[in-house]
Amino acid sequence: MSASPQKVLAISSGGGHWVQLLRLRPAFAGCDVTYATVRGGCRADVGDAEFHVIHDANRWSKLNLVRSALGIICLLLRVRPDIVITTGAAPGYFGARFGKWMGARVIWVDSVANAGGLSMSGDMAGAFSDLWLTQWAHLARENGPRFLGSVL
Amino acid sequence: MILVTVGTDLPFDRMVRVVDDWAGETGRRDVFAQIGEGGWEPRHMRFAHFLPPKEFAEYFTSASVIVSHAGMGTILTALYQGKPILVMPKKASLGEHRNEHQTATARRMMEVGGVNVAFDEQELRAKLDRLDDLASGRKIGGFASDSLLSGIRDFIFSSKS
Repeated sequence: MSASPQKVLAISSGGGHWVQLLRLRPAFAGCDVTYATVRGGCRADVGDAEFHVIHDANRWSKLNLVRSALGIICLLLRVRPDIVITTGAAPGYFGARFGKWMGARVIWVDSVANAGGLSMSGDMAGAFSDLWLTQWAHLARENGPRFLGSVL
Repeated sequence: MILVTVGTDLPFDRMVRVVDDWAGETGRRDVFAQIGEGGWEPRHMRFAHFLPPKEFAEYFTSASVIVSHAGMGTILTALYQGKPILVMPKKASLGEHRNEHQTATARRMMEVGGVNVAFDEQELRAKLDRLDDLASGRKIGGFASDSLLSGIRDFIFSSKS
């Protein structure tokens, strides 16, 4: 094992996605973690850890999508993560997609809110995620997503 | 204090109106509503369109009951704090959300989390009338399940070069 800690970028949009991401924190113990979400007020949630604000986006606004994507690319270039982990949604998808292109390993934890079926971004993320997870056992499939547990 | 919240995304006037009518008719003065940008402004409750995370957390902690859209952020926080919560699912077909997941979420959270659900306005009103009897859901800890955490952790530390 090398001496330098794993660099983890934990990224999500706001609201429930962020609350779920925070509930995964013990999994990053010993890593060099950078957090990114869409509201500056969330900084206090992560104590002294690196924290960045990104633009929110959803597939209903093209302009916001572009702004969000560009900001996330800049963030990835600065952080150079070994791992990108996200609970969604659109900003998380960008972080995962671009992060993968830059050589990071990607963990997609589909939101526990998607109890009836995977989210659109979660479905798309399956194509390139290295660890592709649903939080509902009944949504797991042989070729992924896998079910390992939930944020509950 | 009763905290009403529509979440950080779109407003949820259908829910806010029912709670406002109920507050007006019953004379409850201790209701505070977070109604979202452009949300219908209630007449019988104090309200804010948005609250900064810190302030929202303070309201949440001091509330005795939460009335909310079926958003997981609010549900998880209520279960963690052991607070009774009553949720009503937003409907994408009515422009209240971007996809139709909240009804399925609410049904599952009722089963596995003991969350109280009102699927429509009539049920919401009926459950508000019995709000003091509302049970809190299944208490959860501060973090995700051990199996999920160790699965992620194993992956992070596997094949580290």
